[in-house]
Amino acid sequence: MTDPAMTDAPTVVPITDVVLETRGLTKSFRGFTAVRDLDFTVRRGTIHALIGPNGAGKTTVFNLLTKFLAPTSGHILHDGVDITAASPAAIARRGIGRSFQISATFPHLTALENVRVALQRRTPGRFHFWRPESTLAALNDRALALLAEVGLEARAQEPAGTLPYGAKKALEIATTLALDPDVLLLDEPLAGMGREDVARTAALIRRTAQKENGRRTVVMVEHNLGVVADLSDRITVLQRGEILAEGSYADIAADRAVREAYMGTGHA
Amino acid sequence: MRLSPLTSLTLVALALLLAAPWVVYPAFLMKALCFALFAAAFNLLLGYAGLLSFGHAAFFGGAAYVTAHAAKVWGWPPELAILGGTLAAAALGLAMGALAIRRQGIYFAMTTLALAQMLFFLFLQAPFTGGEDGIQGVPQGRLLGLIDLGQPTDAYYAVLAIAALGHLALYRIVHSPFGQVLKAVRDNEARARSLGYEVDRYKLTAFVLSATLAGLAGGTKALVFQIATLTDVQWQMSGEVVLMTLLGGIGTVAGPAVGAFLSVGLESALATSGLPVPAVIGAVFIACVLVFRRGLVGEIGARLKIRL
Ligand SMILES: Nc1ncnc2c1ncn2[C@@H]1O[C@H](COP(=O)(O)OP(=O)(O)OP(=O)(O)O)[C@@H](O)[C@H]1O
Ligand SMILES: [Mg+2]
Repeated sequence: MTDPAMTDAPTVVPITDVVLETRGLTKSFRGFTAVRDLDFTVRRGTIHALIGPNGAGKTTVFNLLTKFLAPTSGHILHDGVDITAASPAAIARRGIGRSFQISATFPHLTALENVRVALQRRTPGRFHFWRPESTLAALNDRALALLAEVGLEARAQEPAGTLPYGAKKALEIATTLALDPDVLLLDEPLAGMGREDVARTAALIRRTAQKENGRRTVVMVEHNLGVVADLSDRITVLQRGEILAEGSYADIAADRAVREAYMGTGHA
Repeated sequence: MRLSPLTSLTLVALALLLAAPWVVYPAFLMKALCFALFAAAFNLLLGYAGLLSFGHAAFFGGAAYVTAHAAKVWGWPPELAILGGTLAAAALGLAMGALAIRRQGIYFAMTTLALAQMLFFLFLQAPFTGGEDGIQGVPQGRLLGLIDLGQPTDAYYAVLAIAALGHLALYRIVHSPFGQVLKAVRDNEARARSLGYEVDRYKLTAFVLSATLAGLAGGTKALVFQIATLTDVQWQMSGEVVLMTLLGGIGTVAGPAVGAFLSVGLESALATSGLPVPAVIGAVFIACVLVFRRGLVGEIGARLKIRL
């Protein structure tokens, strides 16, 4: 759990090993509260899984963290800085990269262009409308290397919209990695993938977290509990918008409340 | 060297257009070319930014008025008058775009329509626009001091050069680093945001570029036809450019031009027939959209598997 002294700390704290933190985060949709008074802390360099039954509020938490939804109340801190008021694009530029539960790609761009457009963000060329596209060729090698990481190098020239679902998910991870993010938020990265792709992607997530001297952080929503057990340093179980339990996989597996919550929901 | 299908077709089209004044009236060709550029500029927004503007007549007609006024009242030479009209359209695009860009979908279209209507009423009432008559008898002058725009064939080649340059500029924009981001925003706005792009800025840039080139088309038309009227700024003109673009094919470089030639051609063919022109054009349009969902050029491109 959080260091108790942190709870009453001033809004701007010195950079600690806490990379992401929510305080009293609440989101209501017309009276229905999807996330309730959430105090959620993620430590730098960890793989942190966020699990829970359908409708628990996991995706809503991701949308709040990246400002795709505005919180009803509460605060979000990244590196000790309050980012509650920042725009989604500004949050991404701070180094918080995300993927979406329903795969999000640019369907009319090729797989290569999908990744490249993420690499392009850091170049001044993003506003150059008078230059030929060929000026982007300098980014191709890096884009191809990222596609290779997710096993898509052979499909680089295919429009993303024509790829099968699992490949789209993989492409989305490659695109998110192209941002070279400090924190990676992955919403069900393995959903829709075949067994082989699941293994490869799980290995990639582990490798990714080890980059930057292990300072990179991954927060992952995932229903595949085998992979969660395998990869996660820490697990938070969400139910009806509140934290039901938190700890290592062993802690969680032994938790009575968690077992009850998962009973009859189809997940095991 | 082997030419790409697009390059070869462009060269064929250029050759045809160079020879055309021997076969077709230059006045018809000039009108079609001005609308071709207008539609292509409009398509930058609809086809590559996914934004349906229903107020593009404001830029076409606004530039026409400014160009006509500059040439007639201030006595500017044609190239400066056109430039003035084009820049005025750019400024108008910035103002209208800034107000409209935050709205989504149909609300965006409604906002652009409302703003364009405001401009229409301004031009209807303002003293310098000539009210119902518009600005007539605009002096044509010599373009760059060389080309006599009073000579139909010479004027035609000048318009052809302007339209060709406009299309070239649009092609460059679409196939530029900025164009890549724009297409990404069109395809999936939320994803583009999550990659750190402030999407409104890219949409606004596209809006201004589109307005500028629409203005170039309008200013050119005012000068070669010596007139700027309310027809150029009214909402029917905004609708016409949507139809031309859909007819030719959204998101293809050549589609809007083809759509413009078809609809201007159809209009002039029917003008003397005594048929109800808008109804016939409407019927042709509906038939085309039903048969060719991607527009004429879009459909041909899809069949032949080439990007046109
Ligand atoms: N935009 C919205 N408007 C209204 N209700 C919403 C909205 N987004 C989410 N909800 C509701 O909030 C609750 C939490 O949804 P959320 O998508 O966060 O769940 P989840 O834990 O990601 O579930 P799953 O495992 O199915 O993806 C659900 O009851 C959902 O219906
Ligand atoms: Mg979800």
